[in-house]
Amino acid sequence: MSLVTRRNFIKTTAAGLALPALGSRAFAAEPLKVGFVYLGAIGDWGWTWSHEKGRKELVDALKGQVVANYVENVKEDASAIPVMKDLAQQGNKLIFTTSYGYMDQTIEVAKQFPDAKWEHCTGYKRADNVGTYNSRFYQGRAVTGTIAGMMSKTNTIGFVGSFKIPEVVMGVNAFTLAAQAVNPKITTKLVMIDTWFDPAKEAAAAETLANIGCDVIAQHVDSPAVLQVCEKRKIYGFGYGADMSRFAPKAHLTASLDLWGPYYISRAKAVLDGTWKPDDTWWGMKEGILGMAPYSKAVPDNVRAAADKIIAGTKDGSYEVFTGPIADQTGKERVPAGERMKDADMLVMDWYAKGVQS
Amino acid sequence: MNLAFIIDALVTVVGVTTPILLAATGELVVEKSGVINLGVEGMMLIGAITGFAITFNYGPDLGDWAPWVGVVCAALAAAISSQLFGFLVLTLGSNQVATGLALTIFGIGLSSLIGAGYVGMTVPEFATPFPDWLAGDPVWRVLFGYSPLVYFALIAVLVVGWFLNRTRAGLVLRAVGENDISAHSIGYSVLAIRYAAIAFGGAMAGVAGAYFSMVITPMWAEQMTAGRGWIALALVVFSGWRAGRLLVGAYFFGILMTLELYAKASGFSFLPSQFWAAMPYIMAVVVLAVISARGVAGSEAPACLGRPFMPSN
Repeated sequence: MSLVTRRNFIKTTAAGLALPALGSRAFAAEPLKVGFVYLGAIGDWGWTWSHEKGRKELVDALKGQVVANYVENVKEDASAIPVMKDLAQQGNKLIFTTSYGYMDQTIEVAKQFPDAKWEHCTGYKRADNVGTYNSRFYQGRAVTGTIAGMMSKTNTIGFVGSFKIPEVVMGVNAFTLAAQAVNPKITTKLVMIDTWFDPAKEAAAAETLANIGCDVIAQHVDSPAVLQVCEKRKIYGFGYGADMSRFAPKAHLTASLDLWGPYYISRAKAVLDGTWKPDDTWWGMKEGILGMAPYSKAVPDNVRAAADKIIAGTKDGSYEVFTGPIADQTGKERVPAGERMKDADMLVMDWYAKGVQS
Repeated sequence: MNLAFIIDALVTVVGVTTPILLAATGELVVEKSGVINLGVEGMMLIGAITGFAITFNYGPDLGDWAPWVGVVCAALAAAISSQLFGFLVLTLGSNQVATGLALTIFGIGLSSLIGAGYVGMTVPEFATPFPDWLAGDPVWRVLFGYSPLVYFALIAVLVVGWFLNRTRAGLVLRAVGENDISAHSIGYSVLAIRYAAIAFGGAMAGVAGAYFSMVITPMWAEQMTAGRGWIALALVVFSGWRAGRLLVGAYFFGILMTLELYAKASGFSFLPSQFWAAMPYIMAVVVLAVISARGVAGSEAPACLGRPFMPSN
């Protein structure tokens, strides 16, 4: 925070008089303006919804110090560029672009607005004023995979995915490996639907998986459609990113929860006290940006205990789902016995574990 | 591949096909009258949120009738929004393509606005009207296990085919689409007929939208139709503006979409998933090429499609 000296008071007042149309009030006590670029609608009850929850937590936690606004339904194409420019021009000094597909746009616009700090979610390109952040979503998959492995009667579990990108592949593999750890007979049938949001197609994919014998289905798409199909077919599913039990009270066993709030608060604080750096952050359950929803009544005690053990182990670092031996679909060894996979290898994961049928 | 497997797959095909068929049937009538309405997607969304909101709010009072009332209101709301389009393109003579696109954007925005309060809510599925011993039967569910809207879609496309080709009113509607000036000069009200056709198209799009929010996934999510309105529009062209081919084409699309999912789930990974996603469109091109090469069953595109008609008084 800079001090209000007479000189800069005059300067800022003059600026305020000169540029009334911009509505710029460059007072020292002015709160930090934080902008968010959202992929979906804040009402998607999933990915964007959880970022929006994080934004609200940020505003509540740093009341008076921070104002935060957002733009929703921003496509992952060139049309994101003017949105980001607008946010920067409105005086936002910390801007979170919350989807992988904003990567190049964020880098490009950040160059033109060097005094704004940019944070790109789930990407890997950084610059002097662009940091990246991600959540260890796969840790939640290890929990749901454990539950799926123990609760499947057909030994066939399903997964409705979006695209074959590392984030989704990690989820598929963590889900499968955790399930196999408690039930070696498990195979995972995988359907990639080539879109993040299309409730009808998500539902049709889940129906297809149920038709070919899956009795627990996980999803990495943006709507609760898969869960609604699970409810109708009397099989089980999980929420992803948010508690979705209201959509499927009987089918919903638990959900991994994206809790971006702590991260957004820490970054805004860093900007406020001048310690912000363009980091590459990959937090998870330990740091509190990933959690689990309560188990449903359908989860028996022994399954709860096994799942709790995974959560506790993840938090204290004694458990890591990507611990060898891990073989891929072709039988090739990917992680040697006893070794933990390195972060760098996880982030480029493009192979499916043995037992994944895609 | 046993019988149960085939029946399961057929049920999925019907679910995927029905909303496209409903919307395309409405748009067929609109286009046959000489108007192209690109607002199908927007009208579907208006129908989706209206059907959902009515069912959600009045469900407890209306009981078993709630989904029926919901669907009728969905049809009405979408038909009203289509009349806005009608006023602009018919009475004011605005560009149909631009106005239709505007209607889509309007529908997306309006449905999101109304729907904001309904996020995270659910309603009971608008399920089969048949008793459980029939609808739940492992074999007979292939005929009786569907929402009433599925049967409505099939009846509607057949009735529309009969109406367009076998009735006098249908002939008049086609005449308006083929040659508006002639139809006008022998005393038919071109604009009134087009208003009615647009209203029908809107109502059908509204029912198609309700199918998303009340049958496939009984919930509201913004833009939940995810581009099906555009597929319906493409289907009308693909069918050569013929009701029979529209029905076949819709199921053809539905089967290909379902095949894609089955192929992936069954592990046919020798083909990249993008290929499967592109399959319906590749097949559409192939079929169109075959049809035009054979030259036996040409398209019945209305001659006045998209042309504004401004009668001089």
